[in-house]
Amino acid sequence: MRKCSLDSLNAVFAKIAEAAELYLPVNCTDGSAAFSKWEEGKEWSNNLNTVKSPKEFFFPQTEDLVAFKTSGKNIEIIDTRKEREDFVVFGVRACDVKAFEVLDNVFLLKEPYDSYYTNRREHGVIISVACNRPADTCFCKTFGIDPADPQGDISVWKTADSLYWQANTERGAALLEKIADLTEDCDTAAVDAEKEKITKIMSKLPLANLTTEGWGAGKTQELFDSPIWAEMSEACLGCGTCTFVCPTCQCYDIKDFNTGKGVVRFRCWDSCMYSDFTKMSAGQPRLSQKERFRQRFMHKLVYYPENNNGLFSCVGCGRCVAKCPISMNIAKVMKKIGGKENE
Amino acid sequence: MNNVEALIPKIGVITDIRIDTPDIKTFRVVTPDGEKPFEHRPGQCAMLSMPGVGEAMFSITSSPTNTEYMEFSIKKCGCVTEWLHQAEVGQQVTVRGPYGNPFPVDDAFRGKNMLFVAGGVGLAPLRSVINYCRHYRENYGTIDIVYGSRSKDDLLDYREIIEEWSKDEGVNVHLTIDREQEGWDGHVGFVPNYVKELGFSTDKTAILCGPPIMIKFTLDGLYSLGFEKTQIYTTLEMRMKCGIGKCGRCNVGSKYICKDGPVFRFDELDELPDEY
Amino acid sequence: MQAITREQLINKAVALLADGTVKYVLGWKKGEFDYDITPAVFETAEELNADFVWNDFCGANFSKYLVAKTRKLDGKILVFLKPCDTYSFNQLLTEHRFDRDKVYAVGIPCNGMADIAKVKEVCGDGISSIATEGDALAVTTIYDDEPVKVAVESVLAERCLNCKSKKHVAYDELMGEDGDTLDSNRFDEVAKLEAMTPDERFAFWQNELSRCIRCNACRDVCPACTCEKCVFDNPTSGVENKAPANSFEEKMFHIIRAFHVAGRCTDCGECSRVCPQNIPLHLLNRKFIKDINEFYGEYQAGAEVGSRAPLVNYTTEDLEPGEVFDRRDTNA
Repeated sequence: MRKCSLDSLNAVFAKIAEAAELYLPVNCTDGSAAFSKWEEGKEWSNNLNTVKSPKEFFFPQTEDLVAFKTSGKNIEIIDTRKEREDFVVFGVRACDVKAFEVLDNVFLLKEPYDSYYTNRREHGVIISVACNRPADTCFCKTFGIDPADPQGDISVWKTADSLYWQANTERGAALLEKIADLTEDCDTAAVDAEKEKITKIMSKLPLANLTTEGWGAGKTQELFDSPIWAEMSEACLGCGTCTFVCPTCQCYDIKDFNTGKGVVRFRCWDSCMYSDFTKMSAGQPRLSQKERFRQRFMHKLVYYPENNNGLFSCVGCGRCVAKCPISMNIAKVMKKIGGKENE
Repeated sequence: MNNVEALIPKIGVITDIRIDTPDIKTFRVVTPDGEKPFEHRPGQCAMLSMPGVGEAMFSITSSPTNTEYMEFSIKKCGCVTEWLHQAEVGQQVTVRGPYGNPFPVDDAFRGKNMLFVAGGVGLAPLRSVINYCRHYRENYGTIDIVYGSRSKDDLLDYREIIEEWSKDEGVNVHLTIDREQEGWDGHVGFVPNYVKELGFSTDKTAILCGPPIMIKFTLDGLYSLGFEKTQIYTTLEMRMKCGIGKCGRCNVGSKYICKDGPVFRFDELDELPDEY
Repeated sequence: MQAITREQLINKAVALLADGTVKYVLGWKKGEFDYDITPAVFETAEELNADFVWNDFCGANFSKYLVAKTRKLDGKILVFLKPCDTYSFNQLLTEHRFDRDKVYAVGIPCNGMADIAKVKEVCGDGISSIATEGDALAVTTIYDDEPVKVAVESVLAERCLNCKSKKHVAYDELMGEDGDTLDSNRFDEVAKLEAMTPDERFAFWQNELSRCIRCNACRDVCPACTCEKCVFDNPTSGVENKAPANSFEEKMFHIIRAFHVAGRCTDCGECSRVCPQNIPLHLLNRKFIKDINEFYGEYQAGAEVGSRAPLVNYTTEDLEPGEVFDRRDTNA
């Protein structure tokens, strides 16, 4: 394990940025935090949580897939893909790191692989940070995630005056090597103490006792027709907030954009909460917001686990809990429909 | 499938456009070199697009045994289809695929008596299977085709049905239209009722494709004749974008219709939530 | 603290259910925490007693829900309206968006609603409970042993700090005292933007709108956005929802929306309340309101049912386009 003082952090970031583009959470003018490219003068936000999750580094909200030129009856296909340059994402919480695993299962590990996602994954180094200030909306523990022991290529722990670094992968070790001059060897005592502190905090969280009981693979028949879906979706606005702040939501749309000089085919995040998501000229299988609302939670808590050895596609980051305009969320759904309250 | 090409299409050229019905045209597509765009199995689909207009999933109506080209029978009902309907021969489009699972023509269907039931444009996905079975005639028993449409003019592949299918040994074609029409001396009535009237024996494997209401009542009819869910197949239609089971919109239960479907046996559908 | 209590509201609702005046109650339902409140339909006294809440976090404006609920539900609906909600209520009636006969509106006084984001700025994240103690909130977090006292006044939502009216402009029945329309400072922020140079103003909006994630929450919550088919849901419109194809389009979404609701926006502030990225969207709409006031005379959308907004009411006294331009030049 290596350590550096918080005072030297700027020098460390500068050193990393010499080797690759570095992104980290910085404060926005509204007080929230967002991942931003580091440059001299930018500081790591004290706010560990970002409104938008870091999934966009690998699965951006909008990206070009291919371009076309048309003339008369002819079409020319232009492959616009480029090799992504190496980059480093610093300050990713344990929940968000776990979310990459959820996305990997879809884009990286199941054929056909998504070459766009794979390209970014291969070039990205993830530096995670132990979450020592979880919010009331957090429930990562529910999904077996330990915020004190985050994964990623490198894990980092922050104490009052220092930052502790531990490489978990070869890529991580190679990066630590590059900042070796700015860090020093140390034992794990301070990190152990920090971990203990975080574990204590976790038990105090309002959602600490939320369980996945009643959910998981094979629960479709039991849960799909629950009358409670109608009640819980009653006030749903049908907006895409929950989906777009979610680190694991993976649905996308493919659209064409006419630039005036040609056509760019791009993909963009889509939301199963939107009424046009399943709408075809031949009909609409999900007629009301109830069906759309149900789809989002059934997918995360039943369908996805069925296809991925029981892994849930929620990591308890709490973003949807904090941001839903009507304060309806997965935690409430889990308790009310799958949980004991339903008995 | 080549991963690189998962979302990037290739160029196809429309070499023939056949007007089937007032709102259905059949498009013949080859590569610019004049080859079939790719190999497929009966029941599989492909994504056709016109850049700037959109991309949409269509079943490949030509049989895999056709080595020269690929055909798509397309009903005019949305942006992409409307654009295709005004296209002319020689127009290039983009094409990618094949997508989805095929009908089990070489295993479960082998040696079986086949019963095809279709309504309207629902014949399109079945045409590749029918022609595949006709091509490998010795591998299948009798072939019954019940096909109905609103009117005689709305019957898809009418010439092929009359001039080829109905002349085949062991192939029985039963056509019907919804209402009486001048110049039509065939059966009049809805498909589900006709199926019941014809009273098929249960030694058949049935494949249904058509509007949901036709499927529903035909199923009732087949059950009343003694058919089991395990001997009835269909192919589903959902909105699709990626075609490779990732973009999420054709997700029903733990299945993705574009990848795990569109072909399902009715006992398999029982496992899915009723949302398709 | 609110002037009226939860018990009073529940008693009112129970009485109206019992005497058959209404069959449903549109109200605020308690959540996991003390601040995450969800709009809900209640049908019985038991449901109300169990889950109905009324506290400093009941910001949601129910008016728009009436459009869908009056169509769906087969009986009269009781709706509780805060003064600012009544303007949206009237505006929707002006636009014939719901059947007035299916609604029983009870006006309730409001002392302003707290903004949980502001509470968290003061107390930090990790709130385990919030109790109302007089005019303050006692906020307990998992990081502090003692609750932190926060004056409600110091954490009021922007729209409440600039409250335009404590007066109800629509109701069947009023609970508590009615207030007056207020001389608020709500146009001060707009004036600041107007005082900027075009470049500064562009930079301001560039910064704010760059955070937009195009979730459509502002549109979906907006009581002025009740089109059966929104232009942003129309694939052939060229400005369809979802992703911005480029940064220009991202701004277009908000600018088009502001134009669409101009003259109809009551300044209820729901757009800014629900924005997950804290974009001050209300300022776009407020700019239109300020302009309309200055060009055509004072006009408050929703102040009365059936009023013709200046933008849809031609008079020979109307400002000529050239005059608007002149004015802009001196302002810029």
